[in-house]
Amino acid sequence: MTGESLIELEGITKTYGQGTAAFQALKGVDLSIAQGEFAAIMGASGSGKSTMMNILGCLDTPTSGTYRFKGVEVQAMSKDQRSLLRRRYLGFVFQGFNLLARTSALENVELPLLYRGEQKALRREAAMKALDLVGLGPWADHTPAELSGGQQQRVAIARALVTEPEVLLADEPTGNLDSERSIEIMELLSQLNRDGISILLVTHEAEMAAYAGTIVYFRDGLIERFERGHRNGARVTA
Amino acid sequence: MFGATLLLAMRQIRRHLLRSSLTTIGIIIGVAAVITMVTLGKGLTAQIQKQIASLGSDVLIAFPQETDQNRQPRPFKQDDVIAVRQQLAGVRSVAGEVNQNVQAFHNGQNWSSKVEGVSDAFMDARGIGMDQGRRFTPAEEEAGANVCIIGPKVLQEIFVAGISPLGEQVRLNDVSCTVIGVFASRAQGGNNQDDDNSVFMPLKNVQRRFTGADTIGYIVISYDPAYSSATIQQSLIDLLRERHHLQSGQPNDFNIIDSAALNDTVSSVVARLTMAVAAIAGISLLVGGVGIMNIMLVSVTERTREIGIRLAIGALAREVRLQFLTEAVVLCCFGGLIGIFLALGISFGLAKAIDVPFIFDPFVNALSFVFSAMMGIIFGYYPARRASRLDPIEALRHE
Ligand SMILES: Nc1ncnc2c1ncn2[C@@H]1O[C@H](COP(=O)(O)OP(=O)(O)OP(=O)(O)O)[C@@H](O)[C@H]1O
Ligand SMILES: [Mg+2]
Repeated sequence: MTGESLIELEGITKTYGQGTAAFQALKGVDLSIAQGEFAAIMGASGSGKSTMMNILGCLDTPTSGTYRFKGVEVQAMSKDQRSLLRRRYLGFVFQGFNLLARTSALENVELPLLYRGEQKALRREAAMKALDLVGLGPWADHTPAELSGGQQQRVAIARALVTEPEVLLADEPTGNLDSERSIEIMELLSQLNRDGISILLVTHEAEMAAYAGTIVYFRDGLIERFERGHRNGARVTA
Repeated sequence: MFGATLLLAMRQIRRHLLRSSLTTIGIIIGVAAVITMVTLGKGLTAQIQKQIASLGSDVLIAFPQETDQNRQPRPFKQDDVIAVRQQLAGVRSVAGEVNQNVQAFHNGQNWSSKVEGVSDAFMDARGIGMDQGRRFTPAEEEAGANVCIIGPKVLQEIFVAGISPLGEQVRLNDVSCTVIGVFASRAQGGNNQDDDNSVFMPLKNVQRRFTGADTIGYIVISYDPAYSSATIQQSLIDLLRERHHLQSGQPNDFNIIDSAALNDTVSSVVARLTMAVAAIAGISLLVGGVGIMNIMLVSVTERTREIGIRLAIGALAREVRLQFLTEAVVLCCFGGLIGIFLALGISFGLAKAIDVPFIFDPFVNALSFVFSAMMGIIFGYYPARRASRLDPIEALRHE
């Protein structure tokens, strides 16, 4: 199932701020992720994991370096072209959820489909399905303010999954969940990976990272080491 | 997609109902002011046209006019009327008129009115019809008989309702006369009631018993529409100048009003005045637009995170722009709609108050509505563009 390269990074740097206030969060990252891979990114707080994910998710552009997604250089794309790429291929779970306030869980999950131009009935159905998948069917009408942190996180996951993306990028998707829920979500992600979705996941917990085939360790804006061919459900069954 | 955008705009407006309403007040007032001004202008024009029409069509009126301070204008006399009748080609009927304010007495009632010295030809020239009775006979005109034709206002004020006034006596100051008829109302749209508060008597009688002079106030001439107004006017001027022995170079000591030309002049003056006032009212619409822009800018700042989320999820810049533009346009359209209804009420009330007809003009209403929607586009564009240009990551980080 894993095969041709999906993501290729060469010498990616990211500098925040300018002059004396400048801070280099990424210091030259080389990384290659294959189609169908399940990779976990680990590392200390502030090591640049979220910065990395934003670049991988085509939300942010690197200060220097080359990012090829399916062989196409992303840093050369316009803002709208990157939007179209995200819309078509990517699902993103933000560390801070980023749900629309005062908008029901259902409508939050529907949003990516709206921008894909799907019909209302289809949007409803797919969004309901995604919410059921994360166990939030009964909460469909609740707004984020009426949901717990863990529930909000699961809405964010449903929103990333609803478009059935080719690549799922998740920045600590289980950060606010108890271990039972976390395992449920990880099982779900493993299942999706077996179905062919490539997954990139940031996590602090080794228990969660264990689900991944590859573990990338970050330290101070650089990749410290890889662990490939890790004990992984997808690998074992494949 | 557009349906969803529209729905979203409505929801956003409802979410901040008070703010939205306050913001649209500028547009509401602007639209209402423009429509009210134009509507009243239309009513005024229509009313003036009606009044001018009451002069009669294809009618010229000649009256004396001062040329300089020291010299009194030479008044017209019956000879002038006869000369016009005999010498001017294309004249249908011509008559002189002189009037004076009088007190009319009947049945112990006292009423302020006006006596008009006229002739049968006058009624032809001015196109005045009869409600009851008959007009003056040539014999009555020649003799200056004590007969009169009363106006409907006089009838209503001092005669017994429902009972024919024909044959009754009415006293004007100290002259008694017999009522032989009632002329049809000349009032148009309930306005120039003055014309109906009048008593007609043979011209000679009024000159002899009231004004005490053989002069007349004005000459009215109705002409064959086959002749052009300009031709008739020129020959009338030539004739009157000759009769008044004016040398070339001396100004006319009379003035001529042409009902058709008067109509055109007055209508165009009122139309221009209306445009000017509507344009001033339009400025408030502009101010309203600036208010919309202001609130949209606030909204963009407040909703930076929301914009970030939408962009992150895959919204294109133009989709975000459309969303905010739609919101501004919907806001303005609501304002426009409310403004139209407000204008309907205000112009109806004002038309009643200043006594002009209320004329609903769908074109002006539609135009104002379209204009207010355009305000939304013009003033909503900059905030919408600003929203669409946000960087997704920076927008997401916004607190
Ligand atoms: N917008 C920014 N401006 C300036 N510095 C930033 C910005 N975003 C991140 N940084 C800095 O970059 C570094 C990496 O941040 P990042 O969010 O990628 O860390 P992280 O590995 O995701 O940490 P965590 O595990 O706590 O989420 C941090 O030191 C942070 O202070
Ligand atoms: Mg992070």
